[in-house]
Amino acid sequence: MSLKRIDLLICCGSGCVSAGALKIKERFHEVLAEHNIANEVNIIETGCMGPCDYGPVMVIYPEGIFYKKVTVDDVAEIVAEHFVKGRPVSRLMLQDEEKTIAAKKDVPFYQKQVKVALENCGYINPESLDEYIATGGYEALGTVLTEMKPQDVINVIKDSGLRGRGGGGFPTHIKWQMVHDNKSDEKYIICNGDEGDPGAFMDRSLLEGDPHRVLEGMMIAAYAMGATNGFFYIRAEYPLAIKRIKMAIQQAKEVGLMGKDVFGSGFCFDAEVRTGAGAFVCGEEMALIHSIEGQRGNPTPKPPYPAVQGLWGKPTVVNNVETLGNISTIFRKGAQWFASMGTEKSKGTKVFALTGDIKNTGLVEVPMGITLRELIFDVGGGMIGDHKFKAVQLGGPSGGCLTVDHLDTGVDYESLKERGAMMGSGGVIVMNDDKCMVNVAKFFMDFCVEESCGKCSPCRIGLKQMLEILERITSGYGREGDIEELQRLGESISKLSLCGLGQTAPNPVLSTIRYFRDEYEAHIRDKSCSNKVCLDLMHFNIDKDRCIGCSLCARKCPVTCITGSREEKYTINQVDCVKCGNCFDVCPVKAIDKVPGIHPAVAANREALKKAAHNHED
Amino acid sequence: MYKEICAKYAPTKDNLIYILHEIQDTHPQHYISGEAVKDVSDYLKVPENHIYGVLTFYSMYSTKPRGKNIIRLCESPPCYIKGSDNILRKLKSILGVSVGETTKDGKFTLELCACLGVCGNAPVMMINEDVYGDLSEEKAEEIIDKIRGRN
Repeated sequence: MSLKRIDLLICCGSGCVSAGALKIKERFHEVLAEHNIANEVNIIETGCMGPCDYGPVMVIYPEGIFYKKVTVDDVAEIVAEHFVKGRPVSRLMLQDEEKTIAAKKDVPFYQKQVKVALENCGYINPESLDEYIATGGYEALGTVLTEMKPQDVINVIKDSGLRGRGGGGFPTHIKWQMVHDNKSDEKYIICNGDEGDPGAFMDRSLLEGDPHRVLEGMMIAAYAMGATNGFFYIRAEYPLAIKRIKMAIQQAKEVGLMGKDVFGSGFCFDAEVRTGAGAFVCGEEMALIHSIEGQRGNPTPKPPYPAVQGLWGKPTVVNNVETLGNISTIFRKGAQWFASMGTEKSKGTKVFALTGDIKNTGLVEVPMGITLRELIFDVGGGMIGDHKFKAVQLGGPSGGCLTVDHLDTGVDYESLKERGAMMGSGGVIVMNDDKCMVNVAKFFMDFCVEESCGKCSPCRIGLKQMLEILERITSGYGREGDIEELQRLGESISKLSLCGLGQTAPNPVLSTIRYFRDEYEAHIRDKSCSNKVCLDLMHFNIDKDRCIGCSLCARKCPVTCITGSREEKYTINQVDCVKCGNCFDVCPVKAIDKVPGIHPAVAANREALKKAAHNHED
Repeated sequence: MYKEICAKYAPTKDNLIYILHEIQDTHPQHYISGEAVKDVSDYLKVPENHIYGVLTFYSMYSTKPRGKNIIRLCESPPCYIKGSDNILRKLKSILGVSVGETTKDGKFTLELCACLGVCGNAPVMMINEDVYGDLSEEKAEEIIDKIRGRN
C-alpha cells in the first residue's frame, strides 16, 4: 500500500479491456512520467465497475470523479488538467440531460443499486490480497473457523434465506445440510463458474474483480459441510478469470489462509482450478462433474443428486460463483441484515447483466423484488434512441420473454416463473420494437439445438423438430397447426428431458407464443413479418418518385437483379433478389423501402415451383 | 513432443482435458492430431475412442489443422441483437472464407462461438485470447488488418 496524492482506479473488467482500457493504463504511465509525477499517483487496475456501455471508465479519488468513454488521446488532458492543475475534465463526465455529473456516487446508474456480492468489484485491485483484507476480507472465515460449529454456519445461511444464484434458486442451506449430514470420508465443494447463459457475465466479473471473496465463500461452505477439497470449474473462454482465481489461491496459500490448520482451527482445505473446453451443458451440475472427471460433459439422471453421489461418487455441493460471493458478507453483516432485503421468498440482492437495446448495458446489483420497470428504465436508463420497449428475455435461452404488461412485476424467483420466464443466472436481454419475436425465438432455439449434448432424445430430436418448424414459419412455409405443434412439442420436451437444458429450452418459444401469438399468426397466415426482420417475409422496393436513377444500387447488387435507367428509374427483379440489403444501404436518397410480406411475384413463383414438383411426382 | 506435454501431468483420466488443451495451444496449427491422440491414449491408458469422444464433445477442440489466429465471433442472442450477423458477413468477405474455414495464407480461421460474457459491449469477438468489443464493420476490418500486418 502506498500513500499517494491521487488514486486512479481504471476498470479492467473484460468489457473495458475490450474497449481499450489496458492501452489507456499504459498511456497514463507514460504521461505521468513525462510530468514527473509518477510517484504521486497510484494507478489501480480494478475489476468491473458495472457500466460497460460507458467503457472504458475510471474513478479518481480523493474526489471520486467518474470519467467515461476515455480514449488514449484523453490521457494527456486528464493528467495536465486534473492531476496537475486540479481541474477535472468535465467533457469526460457523464451528461444527464443538462446536468454534468462529476462524482461516481451521483451517477444515476448506481443510485438504486445495493452491492453485496459486487461490493469490492471495481473498487479494489483484485490481484492484491492486502486490499481484500483491508475491506474486511477473511474476517468472516476467521470468525466461522474459530467461533462457530459447522451446524451453526449452516443455520446462519438458513436464516439469511440465501438461494442459489445460478438459476434454479434452490435454498443453499439444504444442499450444505445434506452433505454435512453425510458421513462419507471424502466430500467436495465445487464452484460452478461455467457461465454459459448468453447475456450473463456476473460470474466472470466477480471472479475477475474479487476472486478472494469467492474463495472465502467456498472455504466457509467447505467448513460447514466437512469438505477438504474444492474445485473451481471455469469456462475456458474466461482466461482472465482463471488467472485471477489461480492467483488468489496461491496468495491465500502463501500466507496460511488456506492449507493445513487454517487459523489454528484444525481446518484443512485445498482448492484447484479446472477448466472446460466449450460446452454450454457443462453448467448443469452432473455434466460439470463428469467434465472435471475428464469425460464428455453428459448429464446423468437425478437422483442420485450430487449431494449424495457427486464427484468421483462422493457427496458434492455445487454452488454458483455469485452464491459463494454472498457468503462472507452474510457472516460479517448478519443473516438478519441480508434477509431484510428482497421479498418474502427471495432474500438479498441479485446481480443482473443488462444487455441488448438498453442505454446502460452492464452489470448491476439490486435488491430482489425490484420491478422490471425500475431495473430497465431507472437503473438501465431506458431504451436507446426513440425506440419503444417491446420485450425482455430473462434467464437466457432457458428463460422466457416478458412484455410491457409485466413491467411492474417484481423480479424474484416465483413471480418470474409464474409468468413463464425465470431468474436464470440473471441475464436481462432488452429488446426494442424493431425485433421480430418469432425470429428471436428461432435464434434461441438454434442455440439450444447446437448446445444439446445429444444424450437424451427429447432434447436431441425434439428441439431440432421445433427449430425446423420455426424455420418453416420464418421462411414463409408455415402451416395452420404449427403453433399448436410447437406447444405440444415444447411441453413434452420440458417434461421428458434429462437435464435442465432440455427441460427449459422450449421456454423462449412457449413464452413468445403466449405473449406474441399474433406475430406467429401473421408469419403463418399472411406470410408477413411486420418488423421486416425475417428476410423471406419481407422485400425491398424502390420508390420511383424518389429514385434519381443514379444506378448505384444496380452496380452494388451482387446478383444483378436491379435494372433500369436514368429516365425509367430502377426496379428490383424480386424473384432473383437475395435480400442482401446492399441497395438499401447505398441509396444516396433513401428511395428504397423495406416492405413487410412476400412480394406477389415471389409468391407466384413459389406456387409455380410447388406445382411443378407436384406434377413431377405424378 | 506430445509425450513431453503429457509428462507434465499426472497420468490420471481427469487430466485429459488439460493435456488436450495444452497440445492444441502449443501446436502451431492449433489442433489435435491423430498421433497426439495415440500418445495421450498410451500415457493415460484410456482407449483412443474415449479421447475422440471427449475431443468431439467440446467445441474448442479441433481435429483439423487451423490457422495461426483463431477468430471466434460470438453468435449469442445479445450480440445478434446488436448486429453480429453484419460483422460475420464482413469477416467472411474480407477473409474470403466461410465459417470453420482457414484463409489460404494460413493466418486466420473463422469460427462462431457461444457467449463470451462481454455482452455489455456486444457485438464481440475473440481472437486467440484477446476480446474485441463494440464491433462495427469498419472496426472489425481494422482489427484484422492490424493482426495481418503484425504476422
